[in-house]
Amino acid sequence: MELIVFVIASAMVLAGALGVVLRSNPVHAALSLVLTLFGIAVHFVALGAHFLAAVQVIVYAGAIVVLFLFVLMLLGIDKSEDLSIEPFPIQRPLAIVIGAGLAGLVIAAAVRARDALPEGTPLESGGDSNIKQLAQNLFSDYVFAFEFTSVLLIVAVAGTVMLTRKEKKGGES
Amino acid sequence: MHTALLAADPLLDTDDWWWQVLAIVAGKVLAIFVIGLVGTMFMVWFERKIVSGMQNRVGPNKAGPFGLLQTLADGTKLFFKEDLLPDKADKWVFRLSPFLAFVPAFLLWSVIPLGGDFTNGNDGTVEMFGYETRVQLVDLPIGILLVLALSSIGVYGIMLAGWASGSKYPLLGSVRASAQMISYEAALGLSLAAVLLMSGTLSTAGIVQGQDGFLNWNVVATGFIPFVVFLIAMTAELNRPPFDLVEAEQELVGGFNTEYSSIRFALFFLAEFMNVITMSAIMVTLFFGGPQPLKLGDLQLGGIVEDGNIFAWAGPLSGTIWVVLKTLAFLYAYVWFRATLPRLRYDQLMDFGWKLLIPIALGWFLVLAALEMVRDRYDGWEPLAVTVVISLVVLGIAYGLFSLALGVARRTREKEGAAY
Repeated sequence: MELIVFVIASAMVLAGALGVVLRSNPVHAALSLVLTLFGIAVHFVALGAHFLAAVQVIVYAGAIVVLFLFVLMLLGIDKSEDLSIEPFPIQRPLAIVIGAGLAGLVIAAAVRARDALPEGTPLESGGDSNIKQLAQNLFSDYVFAFEFTSVLLIVAVAGTVMLTRKEKKGGES
Repeated sequence: MHTALLAADPLLDTDDWWWQVLAIVAGKVLAIFVIGLVGTMFMVWFERKIVSGMQNRVGPNKAGPFGLLQTLADGTKLFFKEDLLPDKADKWVFRLSPFLAFVPAFLLWSVIPLGGDFTNGNDGTVEMFGYETRVQLVDLPIGILLVLALSSIGVYGIMLAGWASGSKYPLLGSVRASAQMISYEAALGLSLAAVLLMSGTLSTAGIVQGQDGFLNWNVVATGFIPFVVFLIAMTAELNRPPFDLVEAEQELVGGFNTEYSSIRFALFFLAEFMNVITMSAIMVTLFFGGPQPLKLGDLQLGGIVEDGNIFAWAGPLSGTIWVVLKTLAFLYAYVWFRATLPRLRYDQLMDFGWKLLIPIALGWFLVLAALEMVRDRYDGWEPLAVTVVISLVVLGIAYGLFSLALGVARRTREKEGAAY
């Protein structure tokens, strides 16, 4: 059963990821991203991380991709993109190099981490243990990182508001 | 693996996988499916009847007794109509989006406690054919987060329906819908946080179990404000009047579902009304104790009324009766809103959500958190009173600062000659 869930969820993740890269219609690409996120949420549930799965769906699928779609609709750039014109020539070779490097890093990390946990480590499961552990980590061990992240977000929001604010001084409406 | 995927019901903890366990689960799924569909059918009738009553009309009265079967007739008609696919539509997304609206609406039923014995500190399990189980499909450890997750998936249905139609008005409707639902989700989450703070658990059965007795009902325990915020935000999430800008027929023809016909339209319609029922039930679960009885003191009346529970005669079904009654009260309230309140303007909607509901929900959450801290640390009333005073003062100062800021913003806007 474990294997079946893993295979299906992985297929979802991979199909979604390929869709994000290969679909030329931005809205379809965004929907493929949702598929990937759902696949990851299924993986989380299978690993016993219910809370992470819920947050994955609420935050990423429920808010961030919805915002992507919202902007796509608002700007009306839902037509398929013409890929023959390249505005930034070094982009593609650079993307290949960085993508390969990143894939290598992730694979290396996975291979190294495989033996980090002894086999059959029991999962903390049942009840709210999941959430309590997360809260303990976030609000005691990593509280500064957590708070700095929130400050960063506030700064980003305030900055965006400042940058996009139009000062209207009479004349044009 | 079993513990990870299936720690949702005492029924599934048994090691002997017997056909009875499977049969009970299948039976529950079937029951939820049937209750969902039939409930939706009667909800539409209920709404039409009450609105017509409030407007001095008769309402549906031809099909079946009191017009009860009107919805069935309408549904059958929709099913046999021609299924149109607009030329400019994005065919794949156009076909997908009704299901994105409909499936979450159904899945929501799975976490709602629809009954069970929660009286006198029982944990809500009942005996079914010799197995201990709950009167709800699953009791996930993250129960209430599933509700938030599913309601955020529901946004996709409406949003993509409008976009995929390839036409102006549906697109406008869906842009409005997504902005509105994202905005009010924040207020919804914050008022929910107040409930979770008092309950200390995310499981819906756990939340119900904590609300033993009227004073422990979250509507009282969290001090009413989160309930009001939740009710308003939920109405906006459901796109019900007065927040139905998504399908404002005077402005947008029919909103996001203009281009839909036949069974696809029926699915949207069904999802919308089913969401009203499920969300009312969730509100009952969160704030009004779900299957917990409203106790009339310690009244005893020989087997009919026990411990103040006036439905004690129904035995194990008394919880279900309570859930249905409380949910009906909310359904009536929703219909009442629709019959009486005029629709908000778009800027009013955004102002109300961002500048009123979210600050109130957040401020109230902070006050509650401070009170909980004190209650944990000291066992007396005096520190509590001190905290109340301090909290109120802080709240007052915060409110003053906030309204000052709003005033400044308004003056600046007027000086700059805002559009509206």
